[in-house]
Amino acid sequence: MRRKSGHWSPLLTGTPQIGRATNPFLNSNQFMVYRYDFENFGYTHKGKLMPFKRKDLLGIRDLEAHEIEHILDLAFSLKEINTRPIKKVPTLRGKTVVHLFYEPSTRTRTSFDVAAKRLSADTYSITASTSSMVKGETTLDTLKNLEAMKPDIFVIRHSASGTPHRLAQRTSASVINAGDGMHEHPSQALLDMMTIREHKGRIKGLTVLILGDIAHSRVARSNIWGLSRMGAKVVVCGPTTLIPMGIEQMGVVVSYRLEDVIAAADVIMVLRLQTERMQQMLLPSLREYAVCYGLNAQRLESAKRDVLVMHPGPINRGVEISPEVADGPRSVILDQVTNGVAVRMALLYLLGQRYEAGPEN
Amino acid sequence: MQNFLFRRGRVIDPARGIDQVADVLVVDGRLMDIQPDLKIGMDWLANVHQFDMDGKWIVPGMLDMHVHLREPGEEYKETIASGTRAAVAGGYAGVACMPNTKPVNDTAAVTQFILEKARQEAACHVFPVAAISRGLQGEHLTEFGELRESGAVAVTDDGRPVMNSLLMRRALEYARIFDLLVISHAEDLALAEGGLMNEGPISTLLGLRGIPNAAEDAMVARDILLAELTGGRLHIAHVSTAGSVRLVRDAKKRGVPVTAETAPHYFTLTDSELLSFDAVFKVNPPLRSAEDRESVREGLADGTIDVIATDHAPHSLLEKDTEFEYAASGMIGLESALPLVLELVRCGVLDASKAISKVTCNPSKILGVPMGTLNPGKAVTLTVIDPKVDYILDCKSFESKSRNCPFHGRQVQGRVELTLVEGKIAYSRS
Ligand SMILES: [Zn+2]
Repeated sequence: MRRKSGHWSPLLTGTPQIGRATNPFLNSNQFMVYRYDFENFGYTHKGKLMPFKRKDLLGIRDLEAHEIEHILDLAFSLKEINTRPIKKVPTLRGKTVVHLFYEPSTRTRTSFDVAAKRLSADTYSITASTSSMVKGETTLDTLKNLEAMKPDIFVIRHSASGTPHRLAQRTSASVINAGDGMHEHPSQALLDMMTIREHKGRIKGLTVLILGDIAHSRVARSNIWGLSRMGAKVVVCGPTTLIPMGIEQMGVVVSYRLEDVIAAADVIMVLRLQTERMQQMLLPSLREYAVCYGLNAQRLESAKRDVLVMHPGPINRGVEISPEVADGPRSVILDQVTNGVAVRMALLYLLGQRYEAGPEN
Repeated sequence: MQNFLFRRGRVIDPARGIDQVADVLVVDGRLMDIQPDLKIGMDWLANVHQFDMDGKWIVPGMLDMHVHLREPGEEYKETIASGTRAAVAGGYAGVACMPNTKPVNDTAAVTQFILEKARQEAACHVFPVAAISRGLQGEHLTEFGELRESGAVAVTDDGRPVMNSLLMRRALEYARIFDLLVISHAEDLALAEGGLMNEGPISTLLGLRGIPNAAEDAMVARDILLAELTGGRLHIAHVSTAGSVRLVRDAKKRGVPVTAETAPHYFTLTDSELLSFDAVFKVNPPLRSAEDRESVREGLADGTIDVIATDHAPHSLLEKDTEFEYAASGMIGLESALPLVLELVRCGVLDASKAISKVTCNPSKILGVPMGTLNPGKAVTLTVIDPKVDYILDCKSFESKSRNCPFHGRQVQGRVELTLVEGKIAYSRS
């Protein structure tokens, strides 16, 4: 699997292969070193080189632990680029990345766009309002038309679960799922895992509490798959009406009372509560939700001192999380955003390079 | 020449309690005799098509009491001609067609149009089922009397439920005057709202909104209570849940005039098929859990479920090759049902005679149509089945205009060899 050196050497030039994550919560004698084997283009798992061979990145459920490890290692290595004065490497020069967004999302699209541009890819954004979908063209038509222009990677977000999966079967380009319905949001889960690993030094053995609207959350689903695969214990907590049937079968512990589970958590992931849940008769009022499940400073007193507070954004301040917690010392919400760029660079890098390696992969 | 002699076939006619190897003689399209080792004179033999059955099954022409022929209005999906060609290729000599066409079959004129079209173009019998409510709107009863007069054999708002309980009560009451069957598409729309598949661990995993079993069970329970109240003849379409089976079983024990049908996909598939996000598996009611499938099989075995119908629901690629959420619900079934029924026989759920009764005499009796048994002296309507042949189902070879078959590519056993409708060959595989 040794690859020709050459086309990515600009990335290596002047780039230390060791990224160092600094973290105020860590003891000074602890610092983490992440090493990615650029030379062999892969992650060494149990002494064996495991190259990343996928065409698409559609969900966390499909990924093996060593693949997640692989992506996170690479993301830590690439993160350094984002701290340079000139935040750009020519790795994906000449590659075309198309953002195909059928659902409004400024954050995720911007994050993918920044990631792609820092790797020197050409990027194009097509959103539902500018696409021809409104003129009766189907999503598949749109994809086929765009494919005729020979893009290398599609980054697809769609409000209907499963759409990136079906589209990926119909295109030879790589597809990255940037969020599909209530199904998966793999890049979000990866950046969450990266943030946890950055601050805690590990994922294995931690207890992660996912709090709120589990039923409608693709972030929750992707994190459940990823965290459990990486050896964390996942607890989901929320009102009965927002915990979907049979979620235990995904390997989580379910609780309906935050006070029962908050003390055990090493990480609390707070989910966004959509206000339309009120109309769907799922909740009586935002007020009661905030009272029962909102994460505020007082509640946080019963949590571990070094608990991490996370939120995928955008935040409904005062509903699922209070401002003093969101902006408080335990919050790593902005680190999540920073790591989002690094994780998406890693994904684009892996899939972009796969393409270089030829269709047999 | 419509003279046939079928030698050594296994004749299965559950209505008359026949299951034996025999010869079947058809003269001038009429069934003359069924007997082991039938003796016929040499002079006769020259004028007779002889078929060596060698253990192949000869059964009364099959009847599918739940088919969407799509004509009038959606002829790009199916027509009376193509749908009935698919029917005879699947062994069916008759189909009952649902009223959710465009326009809806809610007036005598539409019923007559369907029957006239069928007279000209259909390959088999077509029995129109009319709407319960005008335009399927669930507000006003249609004119049952005139519809019955024009040839409608039952009423239903299939495709959607009658949500208004009072209207359903009136339908069951009023239908008694004309001895019309009332077919219930049992679905509580509020409980099912936004649902795309069965609610359970798989819908949770896939992030697809679920339809709980209770959406079906609640309406089955309501309609049974209304049938009990009114004495109207109730038939529950496409039973998919354990709860429905239990409710129908209990109601029958109490003597409520209720019958029930299920479809091959409910006793064959489960919601785990949805893991592919392939909209070919999207159907309403949805594919359920393995426990539900087991209960449906038990219901078939103990007679709670009287009928196997296909709910043949053709859709074009336009409706199916799209995002799962936006795709239309429904599967075609006419040309894949028989081998799946035979699977039930092979795995011991039903014996051959019981299995055949669920696609012949039972639906005929429930609909009150003159089919379902081999009547000597009458124009013959029968199906010849080779129960042994192994092959792979290929929907590209289907007569149906649509390709939304969830069993495409499945290894199956058993195939239709010949379908005779009223003495004429409607389908012959060779
Ligand atoms: Zn129906």
